[in-house]
Amino acid sequence: MANAKEMKSVLFGPIFANNPIALQILGVCSALAVTSKMSNTLVMCIALTAVVAFSNLFISIIRNHIPSSVRIIVQMTIIASLVIVVDQVLRAYAYEISRELSVFVGLIITNCIVMGRAEAYAMKSSPGMSFLDGLGNGLGYSVVLLVVGFVRELFGSGSLFDVQILPLVSEGGWYEPVGLLLMPPSAFFIIGGFIWVLRTFRTEQVEPKE
Amino acid sequence: MEQYINLFIRAVFIENLALSFFLGMCTFLAVSKKVKTAFGLGVAVIVVLGISVPANNLIYHNILAPGALDWAGFPDADLSFLRFLTFIGVIAALVQILEMTLDKFVPALYNALGIFLPLITVNCAIFGGVSFMVERDYNFGESVVYGIGSGAGWALAIVALAAVREKLKYADVPDGLRGLGATFMSVGLIGLGFMSFSGVSL
Repeated sequence: MANAKEMKSVLFGPIFANNPIALQILGVCSALAVTSKMSNTLVMCIALTAVVAFSNLFISIIRNHIPSSVRIIVQMTIIASLVIVVDQVLRAYAYEISRELSVFVGLIITNCIVMGRAEAYAMKSSPGMSFLDGLGNGLGYSVVLLVVGFVRELFGSGSLFDVQILPLVSEGGWYEPVGLLLMPPSAFFIIGGFIWVLRTFRTEQVEPKE
Repeated sequence: MEQYINLFIRAVFIENLALSFFLGMCTFLAVSKKVKTAFGLGVAVIVVLGISVPANNLIYHNILAPGALDWAGFPDADLSFLRFLTFIGVIAALVQILEMTLDKFVPALYNALGIFLPLITVNCAIFGGVSFMVERDYNFGESVVYGIGSGAGWALAIVALAAVREKLKYADVPDGLRGLGATFMSVGLIGLGFMSFSGVSL
């Protein structure tokens, strides 16, 4: 069984040192569209983290029984079933948010992080470590998404989790909201800036000149 | 007829899958270094979306939708919770069949598209297009138009980005921004450009 140090690096490595979004460009696909509000972002992060962690766990448990020629299909089926569970839970207990997230919960299936971790890690590691790896990658993804969501909601509509922080001009306050931040392109600028900041501090991640 | 043209224009410009819904981003960023490969991938996406959206439309309305199994004697059946699993299976199978058919009958096209086809199975743009079709309740005719239109929009976006990146190679960007960071910024700018189309309708 792995020692504590290795477990720690598997769990926390993906958050900064090896962040799946900032470094491996994985999984930005579906998620950015939901970052205009913190509450939606948080639900999306929890949903994705749960799916990555459990799909890694289940795939790792049966990894020795999956013939390699059909492994992609097996992985897809496990992931899709987990997403169906998440989707049904959201519909039952958080119907409003599930409506706002619309197709993006379903899109977790094709999220490259989930498939990527299943293929790269869970197929050759023990169940416990795979679960931690999934958790770590889910958290790394959540950090980026929550930062984007924070900036977009705070400066775009002056609130956080729907609680008004900066009083808007239209309601007699002083803050003029930046409408651009609620539009899709702003998410790209924020992620670009996030990568810039991350790479300024961790210069080993800078890409070589062509 | 007019509503179809309207839908097409909306799918290509206003509700562009890549730029306003962030779909297919992984491949969008990874395969946009050269205009030529970007174009090949774009065409492959148009073909796969053009086939899989209508195919899933038929399956959804005849088998999965609530009450759709009336013809088989199960008027109360509601299989719509199975849709994610079904769609992903149908897309994977379609891509596989398409690959084999092209290999057998149009080897030239297969050689051009071949490497991109497996990538497309896990492309969020395809799955996203299919999910939007279900959510917006398109009928068969609309789903054909929507499939091709949204594919064309995605192809347009990736070719535009590849063209920008080819020029960007000569630019002197700050170290931390080189590569991925600058690409994200360019996508954002292209997205801003596409926003000027919003409001266009016939």
